[in-house]
Amino acid sequence: MRLFRPFIPSLAMLLLASSGVGAQAVLIDKSEIRFISKQMGVNVEGRFRKWKANVDFRPKDLRKSRAEFEIDLGSIDLASEESETEVMRPRWFDTARFPVATFQSTAMKDLGGDRYEVAGKLTVKGTVRDETIPIEVKKDAAGNSVATGEFTIKRLEFKIGDGQWGDPAVVADEVLIHVRMVLPRAG
Amino acid sequence: MTPIRYTGTARVLHWLAALLIFCGFGLGLFMTGLEIAPDKLRYYAWHKWLGITVFLLAAARLAWRAGHSTPPLPVTMPAWQVRASRFTHAMLYVLMLCIPLSGWIYSSSTGVSVVYLGLVPLPDLVPKDREVAKSLLLLHNSLNYLLAAAVTVHIVAALKHHFVDRDDVLTRMLPGR
Repeated sequence: MRLFRPFIPSLAMLLLASSGVGAQAVLIDKSEIRFISKQMGVNVEGRFRKWKANVDFRPKDLRKSRAEFEIDLGSIDLASEESETEVMRPRWFDTARFPVATFQSTAMKDLGGDRYEVAGKLTVKGTVRDETIPIEVKKDAAGNSVATGEFTIKRLEFKIGDGQWGDPAVVADEVLIHVRMVLPRAG
Repeated sequence: MTPIRYTGTARVLHWLAALLIFCGFGLGLFMTGLEIAPDKLRYYAWHKWLGITVFLLAAARLAWRAGHSTPPLPVTMPAWQVRASRFTHAMLYVLMLCIPLSGWIYSSSTGVSVVYLGLVPLPDLVPKDREVAKSLLLLHNSLNYLLAAAVTVHIVAALKHHFVDRDDVLTRMLPGR
């Protein structure tokens, strides 16, 4: 089962990575951006197949740490191809005008006990909102750092699915986003 | 003593299952052709609730059969017809159990959980997988066409018993005393 399409870094990210600013190449195949929405009160799983990440995580120097994500909204994985086509349309993501969603960290905070808080700006469909994502960072058996975090966004604040789809009884306003990023062992 | 008619319980369960099967089948045919819209999601939810109810009714009817003997078939019936009747009934029961299950597994494979009547969350039976989902949908549809065939045989046979053979095979399942 192929979970992710090959990662194609943008030119800017290649420059960033080669300029030695310390960005760690996220292990895309081990990482994921999933979400759970509720339809008719029922959990519906989904994920994004294609995204880019530029992460420089320094637990001992959080001020210099940063995390940037660019999510290809057209790569969404939903229940059916029909739903995937629907969410590209203007009343949902409007991918013709807004092909990507981005997150740019603005600050990170150490909460103690492997837990951190990442504040940043989430931009979807031309709307920018401040989000705070609580994460937990653990080492896996291979010595990689595994950061997991969950946060909830309100889709209607980003005008995702308005008009006839605005009724939260059919598609809930809250969408739970689950992020798992695996960073290779330093050095 | 062997009964000559089905009990009230058996008849209620039979006609309720018949009604729900017709509604679920019709809704299934109708909803799949719709453009995606909030109503379509509502119909899918109702279709799933109907299916789970049919499953529960079938289980209740099997439990009833375990505790009761069914009225005997007319002695005038040829042996092949008795065999055909047993086979069709067995198939109807198997399909009443398997079709809702296949729909439930299909729903799980698309990443959509099933919550019976919007109240009782059912576990996801398989992980989300697009290819598996395609096969399960084909299975769900095929089983339904098999059911349509079995129900057609069931109805035609019941009418033949009533109007051609003029026996009590249909009337013993009809409402009223």
